[in-house]
Amino acid sequence: MAGLDKRVNTYEEALAGLTDGMTILAGGFGLCGIPENLIAEIRRQQVKGLTVVSNNCGIDGFGLGVLLEDRQIRKMIASYVGENALFERQLLGGELEVELTPQGTLAEKLRAGGAGIPAFYTATGHGTPVAEGKEVREIRGRHYILEEAITGDFAIVKGWKADYFGNVVYRHTAQNFNPVVASAGRITVVEVEEIVAPGELEPTQIHTPGIYVDRVILGHFEKRIEKRTVRA
Amino acid sequence: MALSREQMAQRVARELKDGYYVNLGIGIPTLVANYVPEGMDVMLQSENGLLGMGAFPSEAEVDADMINAGKQTVTARRGASIFSSAESFAMIRGGHVDLTVLGAFEVDVEGNIASWMIPGKLVKGMGGAMDLVAGADNIIVTMTHASKDGESKLLSRCSLPLTGAGCIRKVLTDLAYLEIENGTFVLKERAPGVSVEEIVAKTAGKLVVPEHVPEMTFY
Repeated sequence: MAGLDKRVNTYEEALAGLTDGMTILAGGFGLCGIPENLIAEIRRQQVKGLTVVSNNCGIDGFGLGVLLEDRQIRKMIASYVGENALFERQLLGGELEVELTPQGTLAEKLRAGGAGIPAFYTATGHGTPVAEGKEVREIRGRHYILEEAITGDFAIVKGWKADYFGNVVYRHTAQNFNPVVASAGRITVVEVEEIVAPGELEPTQIHTPGIYVDRVILGHFEKRIEKRTVRA
Repeated sequence: MALSREQMAQRVARELKDGYYVNLGIGIPTLVANYVPEGMDVMLQSENGLLGMGAFPSEAEVDADMINAGKQTVTARRGASIFSSAESFAMIRGGHVDLTVLGAFEVDVEGNIASWMIPGKLVKGMGGAMDLVAGADNIIVTMTHASKDGESKLLSRCSLPLTGAGCIRKVLTDLAYLEIENGTFVLKERAPGVSVEEIVAKTAGKLVVPEHVPEMTFY
């Protein structure tokens, strides 16, 4: 790493500084656009007591699901448990602290975190268990609840292409939470399928500008499909 | 006869208008896409960040980076756009989606909806449902009218944790199409061959029955 060149060569370097008890923000929706090799490296390092912020928690045996197996996650902030049986078991058994957060609120908490907005009002969740303990305010005749922003010690992101400077483009719906996650990490690490020289990406097409990114690493991806559905 | 899932989707599709942007939830709502009337163009929003969801892919087109909010592989139609989750919920929360169709466990006469958890039994999480019901003006809930044991799901007050408060005005069940007005359900249409008496018996919340309740027709 030198100057604006954010490239690192090993996953160990990519996550240098990660310690027990940290908060990790992870991009992805289901298994689509997840930083699968960075997750595998977190498992390899066996750091514990993590707070993980991600829309989902992978599935049994893949994605963030592997961090549940070794009880590395203390607290999970997510919108959907879905079909992850281990997640549901640890949640119902009280072994895992879970803050279920509406998906749009989660995205906005991360966006706000990256944008320096400490909190925002939203109608989402008003009158539901999500509103418990939160400030309610009436604005122009409608009720809103106050939701606080989220930032993390590390943001782990999956991009399609990046240049040395950390400008990132995402591919199709693998974009999802990745740009907001990238903006809200104190240290943001992006793993990509291709690293190109600065100037090769079209400036108007950049999804995540390099200013948000600290480390870029080239990865190889399995890209597992959760629900393969084809037309007859 | 109670409506089949396909008939429910067909009935919902009659609420579509040319040029609509529509978000379809998982299950019966997804089937609505199969009944978009000929000559009508609507754009389907998928909250993981896709506006312009197309058909399911052929084997050759399957792409792990191209999924819908139900995590199924999909394609993008001509004129689609793809964006971040924050952008996706900005359009939802900002009221830009013309019609939202989603399922529920329970609804009540105050327009409350419960759809995301059964305490002690089932915790799937709310996903995007709370944002969808809070952000949309025009929502249709699709659900079965009663449980398999005959317990009504159209209540005076939801018993399960809410997804949204006071946000539902239209409900399509397998027995009837109802609207919620001034703290009561109003029976608007009944499924073919289903009597008003059966609907009354299976509706626990206050129900207004107009003099004439037309029967739905299917072709």
